[in-house]
Amino acid sequence: MTTTTTPSAAPAIELKGISKSFGPVQANKDISIRVMPGTIHGIIGENGAGKSTLMSILYGFYRADAGEIWVAGKKVEIPDSQAAIAAGIGMVFQHFKLVETFTVLENIVLGAEDSAMLRPSLARARRELKALADEYELNVDPDALVSDIGVGMQQRVEILKALYRRADILILDEPTGVLTPAEADHLFRILENLRREGKTIILITHKLREIMEITDTVSVMRRGQMTATVKTAETSPAALAELMVGRKVLLRVNKTPAQPGAVILDVADLNVTDDKGVHRLKGVSLQVRAGEVLGIAGVAGNGQSELLEVLGGYARATGRVTMNGRPIDLTGRSSDGQSRRRDGIAHVPEDRQAEGLIMDYAAWENIAFGYQNDARFRRGPLMDHAAMMQDTVDKMGRFDVRPLDPKLAAKNFSGGNQQKIVLAREIERNPDLLLIGQPTRGVDIGAIEFIHQQIIALRDQGKAILLVSVELEEILALSDRIAVMFDGHMMGERDPATTNEKELGMLMAGMTGDPGNVTVTEIERNLAHAGTGTKV
Amino acid sequence: MDLLTLLQLLDSTLRLATPLLLACLAGLFSERAGIFDIGLEGKMLASAFLSAAIAFTTGSVWIGLLAGVGASLLLSAIHGVASITFRGNQLISGVAINFLAAGLTVVIAQSWFAEGGRTPQLAGAARFNPITLPFANELRDVPVLGPIYYELISGHTALVYVALLIVPLSWWVLYSTRFGLRLRAVGENPAAVDTAGISVIGLRFTAVAICGVLCGLAGAYLATALQAGFTKDMSAGRGYIALAALIFAKWKPWPCLWATLLFGFLQALALRPDLITSTLGFSVQTQLLDALPYILTVVILAGFVGKAIPPRAGGEPYIKER
Repeated sequence: MTTTTTPSAAPAIELKGISKSFGPVQANKDISIRVMPGTIHGIIGENGAGKSTLMSILYGFYRADAGEIWVAGKKVEIPDSQAAIAAGIGMVFQHFKLVETFTVLENIVLGAEDSAMLRPSLARARRELKALADEYELNVDPDALVSDIGVGMQQRVEILKALYRRADILILDEPTGVLTPAEADHLFRILENLRREGKTIILITHKLREIMEITDTVSVMRRGQMTATVKTAETSPAALAELMVGRKVLLRVNKTPAQPGAVILDVADLNVTDDKGVHRLKGVSLQVRAGEVLGIAGVAGNGQSELLEVLGGYARATGRVTMNGRPIDLTGRSSDGQSRRRDGIAHVPEDRQAEGLIMDYAAWENIAFGYQNDARFRRGPLMDHAAMMQDTVDKMGRFDVRPLDPKLAAKNFSGGNQQKIVLAREIERNPDLLLIGQPTRGVDIGAIEFIHQQIIALRDQGKAILLVSVELEEILALSDRIAVMFDGHMMGERDPATTNEKELGMLMAGMTGDPGNVTVTEIERNLAHAGTGTKV
Repeated sequence: MDLLTLLQLLDSTLRLATPLLLACLAGLFSERAGIFDIGLEGKMLASAFLSAAIAFTTGSVWIGLLAGVGASLLLSAIHGVASITFRGNQLISGVAINFLAAGLTVVIAQSWFAEGGRTPQLAGAARFNPITLPFANELRDVPVLGPIYYELISGHTALVYVALLIVPLSWWVLYSTRFGLRLRAVGENPAAVDTAGISVIGLRFTAVAICGVLCGLAGAYLATALQAGFTKDMSAGRGYIALAALIFAKWKPWPCLWATLLFGFLQALALRPDLITSTLGFSVQTQLLDALPYILTVVILAGFVGKAIPPRAGGEPYIKER
């Protein structure tokens, strides 16, 4: 904590009694916070707790129904983003707001040009960029196209955009969601540099670890209300989790050592070339045994998605795959989701909104989908709605899906509940092998706990589980063995009990060797080239 | 084929390419801002009619031109309100404009002039007349360069030169000005523009208005320069050809010029079947020649000319996210 502010100094930003409703839903209820200059303030809360609404009000996307915003001791009105920028507020969104076909420099200048002609603005931006890069470790190539640089670099461009606009208050919304551990570390170093220079940072996240690591003070939001504001040094992850969810939460997955049985899935020399002729999987081999979780780590876009797609039956490949000792068709007529289900494979896809669910369909339709030909769901040539409905209500009950309304469209459930719907459908079919991709992406901490417990329970029933996740923490928590993918290759396997994030981070960057001799910067440089990073 | 014939062919290429070029640049501004505009055709037609009608009534082609641009701008405004303000489907709005223009022009022309849905022939100051550039006559006899200057470069109507000047102007506006940077950004990622504190709606309406002005020039050129008056459906698919040229040009100003010159050349060729016969030694059916630009359009639209990546946010109304 490097703050040197005296008690008399005005807060960098202060919200007084902010309220905002959308129809009957009260997104923000009488919220007040004070953030002192030169500090990092965390705002933590589950999805739908109202964090984003609050930040949208601060950045001029919404107008609050009631309440006041004070910046550096002065009351301000923020009717639009222009006003927010003028008040010295900069925002780094979770989904970057960059023009991919523009260079870094053009993106930085956009909207902050000095005059009607571009050339002088670009020249000034180039000079300032160099100064900012030296000051804050924010190195980017000003002439690179945004589409050619990695996500970590794109995020730096977003931060530079805010600094170029003379922002003193920087709001970052879930900044590490798309970053690898090494990139996240670099981001935190940048934030510390910014704090040292007196900038005020508001960090919105649902990751407790980040709050504990970098913030000075933290506010917890739940159901539109600010439930607590505390000094980070005086709290603990468990206490924060309880404030967020409103009950005690298990942050660690309780599991006993695996009892691996027979080989269920055996993959040998799998190769995939995509439509553009890019070689996506290069001779991948792996085995998953009954009663164990094989976790696959890697930066997004290094072949994990293709692996799941092939095993799930909707991408073509060459190689040899056996399931319970029987070969699986990878190219022919019986290479589709239906045949895979008959082979005993269930699949929870990486992107539940695009692949796992039909967002406009009701929960009961989504739960029956794929299994609509089962005898129990049929009455002659027709579907048995009543049976499907009853089945859905049962599953939603067992998986604690809220609200328990089988007729509600999938898009109206929260991320965690959507994921539970997919899980209920796939797990309850009693598969031999569960493929599960990004099981807790965009899922609340309470639901994460539940989903992790379900995965371990399934393992303990003696099922084989192939887990793909870009969250290293998740891989480490759930896996019995960890394999790392890089550029379509398997980089090797590690035992979660003996490995660590740095070693895995190196493998994810395609580097082998002694972790002791490698610096974080080197890993980072390699990671920037690992995968597209955008296919998340 | 001798030099003079070649120059005449290129001369008519230039004349025929002009409305395509103007419409193509019109589409360029609109689509670069993320608003697909299939209604170039309708706007040209509306402008062609009103410019001819007003030029005939007032006897001044310049007042006619203004009226034509006004008509085109009005249709642009409809497209803008439908697709920007009300976030409607841009293709449907464009198609509606085309139908509206095709029908209204003939009906109004009939009730106004009662000449079978056309305007009376324009003459004198009610038409754009060729401009002879300085020294064209004097230099006419200089070998090679003289004929090129006299036949090809000199002797066009004002709008031809205007259209040619708009190419570098567009390039400069798009790539060297603040407005151009923002316009290109709003067609790629309107959210980036919005969060930078710039009005997405304002930028898109401006782009659509520029599109309207250029389409208006194209239409007025058809009725008051290329032809002498309005006839039913006289735009004859030029709006669609311009769209194909725009894709061919990959949404860039200079390639727009080359693409529309190619189409203009094919149209010029169709007017001189005798040249084909004398050059190739056999005759090609005139119907086939007439069809050539349209065949090329289909080929281009079917994607046979390499990968053309349209502006990423093209066709999608911008909805502010939370």
